Amino acid sequence: MSEAALGQVLRQDRGRLLAALVSRVGDFQKAEDALQEAATSALVHWARAGVPASPLGWLLRAALRKAIDGYRRDATLSRHRDAIAVLSEEEAADPDPQTIPDDRLRLIFTCCHPALEEKTRVALTLRSLCGLSTPQVAAVFLDAEPTMGQRLSRAKAKITAARIPFVVPGPEDLPDRLNSVLTTVYLIFTAGYTQGPETGIDLCTEAIFLARLLVQLAPDQPEVEAALALLLLTHARAAARNGPDGQTLPPARQDRSLWNRTELDEGFQLLDHAIARRAPGPFQLKAAIAALHADASGPDWPQIAALYARLLDFEPTPVVTLNHAVALAEAGHPAQALAQVQQLERQLSDYQPFHAVMADLLARTGQNEPAKAAYDQAIARAASPADRAFLMQRRQGLG
Amino acid sequence: MKYMITLYAAPGAEPGYGTPEFDAMMGEYMTLGEGMPGVATFLAGEGLQGVETATTLRKRGGKIETMDGPFAETREHLGGFYLIEAADLDAALRFAAEIPAARYGSVEVRPVMEY
Repeated sequence: MSEAALGQVLRQDRGRLLAALVSRVGDFQKAEDALQEAATSALVHWARAGVPASPLGWLLRAALRKAIDGYRRDATLSRHRDAIAVLSEEEAADPDPQTIPDDRLRLIFTCCHPALEEKTRVALTLRSLCGLSTPQVAAVFLDAEPTMGQRLSRAKAKITAARIPFVVPGPEDLPDRLNSVLTTVYLIFTAGYTQGPETGIDLCTEAIFLARLLVQLAPDQPEVEAALALLLLTHARAAARNGPDGQTLPPARQDRSLWNRTELDEGFQLLDHAIARRAPGPFQLKAAIAALHADASGPDWPQIAALYARLLDFEPTPVVTLNHAVALAEAGHPAQALAQVQQLERQLSDYQPFHAVMADLLARTGQNEPAKAAYDQAIARAASPADRAFLMQRRQGLG
Repeated sequence: MKYMITLYAAPGAEPGYGTPEFDAMMGEYMTLGEGMPGVATFLAGEGLQGVETATTLRKRGGKIETMDGPFAETREHLGGFYLIEAADLDAALRFAAEIPAARYGSVEVRPVMEY
């Protein structure tokens, strides 16, 4: 009973607690150790005396005491005298977690700091903000648990040693740093979207939770609103993205009755809000593209192509160039699209969609033999049997 | 907190001596940090002569071995360093971003050990 209560508090409010502790203890690793120790003693105390009226308050206070103990045990005590004095004051004041400031925004900026590797940012965010356990984070990456444990420990050690600050960046750094946070959230979402629920953890839901948290904690930021819009507009089509035989369907060929209307409406509304703020950014462009794909009258390809061209200004990557070419072809310019895709051969030769797009564009421009060769490449790299079957059917259509 | 910033670049990557670009670059090095008061304090910094002047030494079993050349044979060589005092990594990175070598090479930022 008390164990279930503890599990629920930690699942739901671990981020809030950890953020409050990091800001008070001043050290990521020490804060997490203190929270861990507090959870361990909660198991004993709650089983004996029952679950306290405010489990969150109990944990925060216990963790502050553990942090003070931790500093006292430390051999280099003189350096910690100030920290102990501050923490003792905090602890005596009996902070109420419902009324203390929510420090999770600072926590997510620290977890997604560009001085950490991208994979580490994702792992640390899932562990710290979403409350996933280390084994669960390991499962997400198909990593062994000790390997993931080491990665997380190294990250926390670097945060302390290199003094990665626990702050919301100032206006000068904010756009880049916010983009790093939103990209991390988006990576979590796409991992969930491609992986499906195999690991037992719904990463799409976690990503949407994070994006909602950011909208709440960093209001009036068009890129944040657009990131949530992008996730919702994509997630709304999740149930319809595969045909009956498992084959991947583009939005235009999906059964619209399977789309989630509530998520679509919320996504459209958020995007409108974001665009009205007149400060364009990559997530607004991506969300606008997702919105055009979901349009009731079918996708407006010239408009989508124009948005991809604009996105290239922010993200001049081969994959964005490929997507731009697809939109160009759909808008009636297959030859121009083909020329653009052929430039990407060297960079994307291992990327399955590159070969599928190349094959389609060659076929559209009447080059059947090269198109067949490109289909063979795409078929060899196909992600599912249904996708392979679809590509083989297209290849056979060329005679 | 103190940070050591080491500058790496491939030989010939920086503007050539005697060009206006070289003079502009040297001007930037001379005034580095002046436009960022409060971000970081300059403690020390030097530029190094080319890797062809480097000698690497190690001592094994009491015996000194010396080798001509740098410790690591890489395309980009250590060319200089800064020692700065900054409040946190963000401030140190802001200083590092203004170093001309960041444009034509790479700069590495590392916290200095505290005893």
